[in-house]
Amino acid sequence: MMTATVSRWARVRDSFLWYSFKRDKVAIASFIVLLAMVLSAIFAPLLAPTNPYDLALIDIMNSELPPVGMSGADGAFPLGTDAQGRDMLSTILYGTRVSLMIGFGAVILQAVLGILFGLLAGYMGGRVDAVLMRIADVQLSFSTLMVAIIVGAVFKASFGSLMFGEIAIYMLIFIIGVAEWPQIARTVRASVLAEKKKEYVDAAKVMGFRTNRIMFRHILPNTLSPIFVIGTVQIANAIISEAALSFLGLGMPETQPSLGSLIKSGFDYIQSGSWWITLLPGLVLVVLVLVINLLGDWLRDVMNPRLYKG
Amino acid sequence: MALLEVNNLDVRFAVRGGDLTALRGISFSLDKGERLGLVGESGAGKSVAAFSILNLIAQPGYIAGGQILFEGKDLAAMSERELRKIRGNRIAMIFQDPMMTLNPVLTIGTQMVEAIKAHRRISSKDARAIAVDKLRKVQIPSPEKRLDQYPHELSGGMRQRVIIAIALLLDPEIIIADEPTTALDVTIQAEIMALLLDLCEQENVALMLITHDLGVVSQVSQRMLVMYSGRIIEQGPTREIINDAQHPYTQGLINALPQMGEPGARLFQIPGAMPSLKNVPSGCPFNPRCSFATDECRRTMPEYVRAGNVSVACYEVERLIAQEQQVREVTP
Repeated sequence: MMTATVSRWARVRDSFLWYSFKRDKVAIASFIVLLAMVLSAIFAPLLAPTNPYDLALIDIMNSELPPVGMSGADGAFPLGTDAQGRDMLSTILYGTRVSLMIGFGAVILQAVLGILFGLLAGYMGGRVDAVLMRIADVQLSFSTLMVAIIVGAVFKASFGSLMFGEIAIYMLIFIIGVAEWPQIARTVRASVLAEKKKEYVDAAKVMGFRTNRIMFRHILPNTLSPIFVIGTVQIANAIISEAALSFLGLGMPETQPSLGSLIKSGFDYIQSGSWWITLLPGLVLVVLVLVINLLGDWLRDVMNPRLYKG
Repeated sequence: MALLEVNNLDVRFAVRGGDLTALRGISFSLDKGERLGLVGESGAGKSVAAFSILNLIAQPGYIAGGQILFEGKDLAAMSERELRKIRGNRIAMIFQDPMMTLNPVLTIGTQMVEAIKAHRRISSKDARAIAVDKLRKVQIPSPEKRLDQYPHELSGGMRQRVIIAIALLLDPEIIIADEPTTALDVTIQAEIMALLLDLCEQENVALMLITHDLGVVSQVSQRMLVMYSGRIIEQGPTREIINDAQHPYTQGLINALPQMGEPGARLFQIPGAMPSLKNVPSGCPFNPRCSFATDECRRTMPEYVRAGNVSVACYEVERLIAQEQQVREVTP
């Protein structure tokens, strides 16, 4: 078993992916930033000075304190406080956590649906293909926002605002995941169509493998690289979608803020000079989406040598 | 009873504007351990024949009639589940291009172990042992190491060896080899062919060799079929056909071999090209290219007649046989 793990690491080290990663400074920098953000989001409860969810710790007297370095700042709140007196650093850490959870969760849901339907449509062809792809077209013709508004309203009405706070994160994952699965399904379908003509698929059939096995074990691994590329970009898209929904008040409630709802909560105070409440989470959001997209670009260049940077 | 018996097999492709007939009344048999050659130009229906034996013709193709009896059971009428038990397990197939036949993202070992486990309840460790054993049989050096390699790490000849090993994995009764050496370079071709032949003899596996290379067929097979435009036009013992081909098409094929021509002279070629499935001429499909063609040839399809041990579908041969008989009657 020892030799297997060693050779696996050696394989990674010798791989083209690692080689091109080492030579691409943008990719390395993006990866480091992303890793730092993901880690600090995961360990937010340990890193954050206060727990913004704990109402007992919030003092309204501390509201709208500016970040350190400005007059009137308090050393206990390095990035200042928001209108409710919550520590900005802590809310941003927790907010990044929520945003990332929704981003990854939504993409996992998209990937599951997209891969399943894309594989089925591409491999079965004919009527199955026609039906599934028409469903995808219909799905795409609804805008994410519209679906979110309707679903959100239904959820809010049926669960009440308090319950809604608890399930909001799942609802957003569901909405964004379901709204965007056709993107992945189409990509998968296109590569399955190309793959299934190859002789190894015939060979697998001749060997007596089941259809399921041929689809998931033989064709799917060969379509993974476009899925990785589009999946990465979709994480960024999902985070933006979530931020947009939250900004419109359709996403995460303020008691459990994501980056988007933080931006929104500060937006009302931007005129009164408390710019940091909006600007800081906004910056974090931009950096987060930017590094994910840069990584996605790099991945696309590496995995598809036919594409060039546009 | 023959191991495999194909009776009057018709295969059609359902396309816009009606069906195209890809195979027309194919009949042949294959005994245990026998080696059968299947020759013809590209588009004659060789590969379609191979795939239909496993009942695996891709849409929109379908078996329109006839039987494929494997040990007395009709593969054409079998359920998908029963077919899966035969594919790979009892009848294996080897493809033309070793670069394409192996899955590029799975290791050799994974692919071999999977193939075994699809048919047998067996632990991965035992399956690996079988895989190593078979790789050794096809003379691959350090087989244990190969199992963890990906197809792209092996050379073309090596890959074709692996593919032969995969075909042998489950000790099948029949191996169908669809141009197994065409994609390899000439020096390796002979090596791989010899290996395949050797293994089939050792394990008493019946081999159905599909090729357009008459040289290979004459060396390897005991009996051969010649296909033209989806029809078997001549079949019989290889030696008899090579030495004394009856059908004008087979004669043309043999005369077209470079070694048949005089040095410096133009190579012989059969004029014209094989008709596409969309406009097969009426009567004998070979008649537009045949120098013996008569009105009869253009009107109706010839039936099979026997000339010695060879069965052949040609009116010219019928006429020759009739003449011979007349001569024999006149001069006792």
